[in-house]
Amino acid sequence: MLEIEDLHASVGDTEILRGLDLTVNPGEVHAIMGPNGSGKSTLAHVLAGRGNFDVTGQVHYDGHDLLVMSPEERAIAGVFLAFQHPIEIPGVGSLYFLRTALNSIRRGHSLDEVGPVEFLKLIEDKMALVEMDQSFMSRSVNEGFSGGEVKRNEILQMAVLEPSLAILDETDSGLDIDALRVVASGVNALRNEKRAMLVITHHQRLLDYIVPDRVHVLAAGRIVRVGGKELAISLEEHGYVDLGETARPDQPATIGTAT
Amino acid sequence: MTTATDHTTAAAVGNLSTFGVLSVENEPVWLAAAREAASAWVGAHGFPPQKDEDWRYVSLEPILGTSFEPSSEPIDDPGLAVVVDEISMHLGGTRLVFVNGHYCAELSRVIGLPEGARVSNLATVLAQDAERLRPYFSSDLEEYRDAFAALNTALFADGVFIELPDDTTVEEPIELVFLTDTGGRHLVTSPRSLVFVGTRSHVTVVETYAGTAGNDYLTNAVTEIVLRRSAQVEHYNVQVESEGAFHLASLTVHQDQESRFSSHLVALGSRIARHEVRILLEGEGAKVSLDGLYLPRGDQHHDHPVLVEHVAPHCSSRQLYKGIADEHGHGVFNGHVVVHHGAVGTDASQTNKNLLLCDSAEIDTRPRLEIFADDVACSHGATVGRLNDDALFYLRSRGIAERLARGLLTYGFARELVDRLELEPLRARVNKLTAERLMVDEDDPLLFPSSSISAQELMERLQ
Repeated sequence: MLEIEDLHASVGDTEILRGLDLTVNPGEVHAIMGPNGSGKSTLAHVLAGRGNFDVTGQVHYDGHDLLVMSPEERAIAGVFLAFQHPIEIPGVGSLYFLRTALNSIRRGHSLDEVGPVEFLKLIEDKMALVEMDQSFMSRSVNEGFSGGEVKRNEILQMAVLEPSLAILDETDSGLDIDALRVVASGVNALRNEKRAMLVITHHQRLLDYIVPDRVHVLAAGRIVRVGGKELAISLEEHGYVDLGETARPDQPATIGTAT
Repeated sequence: MTTATDHTTAAAVGNLSTFGVLSVENEPVWLAAAREAASAWVGAHGFPPQKDEDWRYVSLEPILGTSFEPSSEPIDDPGLAVVVDEISMHLGGTRLVFVNGHYCAELSRVIGLPEGARVSNLATVLAQDAERLRPYFSSDLEEYRDAFAALNTALFADGVFIELPDDTTVEEPIELVFLTDTGGRHLVTSPRSLVFVGTRSHVTVVETYAGTAGNDYLTNAVTEIVLRRSAQVEHYNVQVESEGAFHLASLTVHQDQESRFSSHLVALGSRIARHEVRILLEGEGAKVSLDGLYLPRGDQHHDHPVLVEHVAPHCSSRQLYKGIADEHGHGVFNGHVVVHHGAVGTDASQTNKNLLLCDSAEIDTRPRLEIFADDVACSHGATVGRLNDDALFYLRSRGIAERLARGLLTYGFARELVDRLELEPLRARVNKLTAERLMVDEDDPLLFPSSSISAQELMERLQ
């Protein structure tokens, strides 16, 4: 369902992805691991349609040429990115935002919009899934949320929008072990035979909870190693150092979150 | 009730510099003299030149180049009731309606006033108790700040008079509706309003300025509010004039000891609007809070000269003005805080935040602070920014189309000031107007839930 071929992405003169190939089938969970600066978050943002990269290569997804689509078109096609650093949007209510998103996607599929009452019933169930507090309903998007709440909110959005390809970018960062369990169980509840997931993480810890079908090691903008879940454990023990020369980016990425 | 307009003589049609005075039969001699003096002042001093610091961002040419006529005909149009009904915030209390500068008794009501409180149109007070107003207009003879203030005295036909004795609270907000319905003429209206609030008295005043069509009328409003010791006034001003209109307004507030004044201004309408605010903190421990939201678009110009004078010690002032400029809209914040010698213990803050939605829009911001006293805490800051790309991407990555995503983010920027409107019907109205302007679905009940609503309550409200 997702086929990435020879994907390159750069910002200015800095090339971050350098010929990345990856195939993910429906129902599979693939972990992308790698050291800081290897291009993990860039991959996530390029797939979601972030505009500030120069991108070449091919990304086919569910019959679409993903790279020519706008972020909203990709969302309608079923792509979802759980952000490493979700954005605060003061003044925009969480429920309004989420219903607007859901209805935007439904309109894209010529489905009827979900009314406020129906939406409230839906959201209550989904909130229970990630143990979201009731106060969520009257708060602005991510405003004043704790580290755990912003991540649970990402999974909540994923639960409501029901993407066919979910990309989780460092969803475990900043979470304590209890919050990690909640988030992971939310993600696991959303696993099914049709939904593919790309779980991007620096640490093996998350993969104890979200067990991947495949583990890819990203280094210097390329996949340098592929294996089963045991590869993640080996990386945890030995670190990324023994990946050889290719593991060290000779031009470390310098832009904020796109590492 | 007959309006004073039955007996007025129109000044000549022409541009503002050629205007004479409004002459009203049976008007006190001192008032007629004040009008003549004001008109002479305009003749002698002329209109503010562009180099005048307070007027440097406004081009007066479109106003001075227009041939206006003063509104002398009392309007008698049964359709007006419907229009006023749409404009009115329906706050349940006293409502005074002015159409083309003239009091409209049929659409007004004075109810629920405590003993001793006076709320009426100014012309009635002039007819019955003119001496009460004399000190106020006598002081006008001395000096005008500018030609428009003088013109208001020369030309005003009517306005508002509110007087509360000591220890008097008006429970329901007093609503003032100023509607201009030109019928194609270039009218100039000059509402004059006076509000006197006695010691420990409390009132809320809501002004709405609106027009029915896109004609080039001019509203030249002057409002003065005096707060005695420990008095409290909440003032709201919603300016939704026609987009072809000119709106020049000045609000002057005198605050005595421990008084509290808050102002909430929302500027959406007019081609050129200038909302001058002057706060004089004259008594120790007075507090003022000034909010402003302006959304110029098209060729709109919204100018906000705000002057706060800390004269007495231990007063506090706080300003939060936010501007959102789109298309060729031009927003100006020209804020000036002066802490006079001896105003020790002053606490003053001044914040102006602006959002530029496109390259052709323009924002000017000039927060100024002048301090002549020791032991003061003053801060000021101004920002002009664009929509956050990260936030825009976040919304779009959830399937929200770019146009709507921009509207939502812009709405979110304005929302802080909408939330601060304490009157629920007004907050809902302004929220709707803002959301409409920004193409956000204002009818969605989820857009604007009150802050502490439970899921259960929200559900019940929706059903």
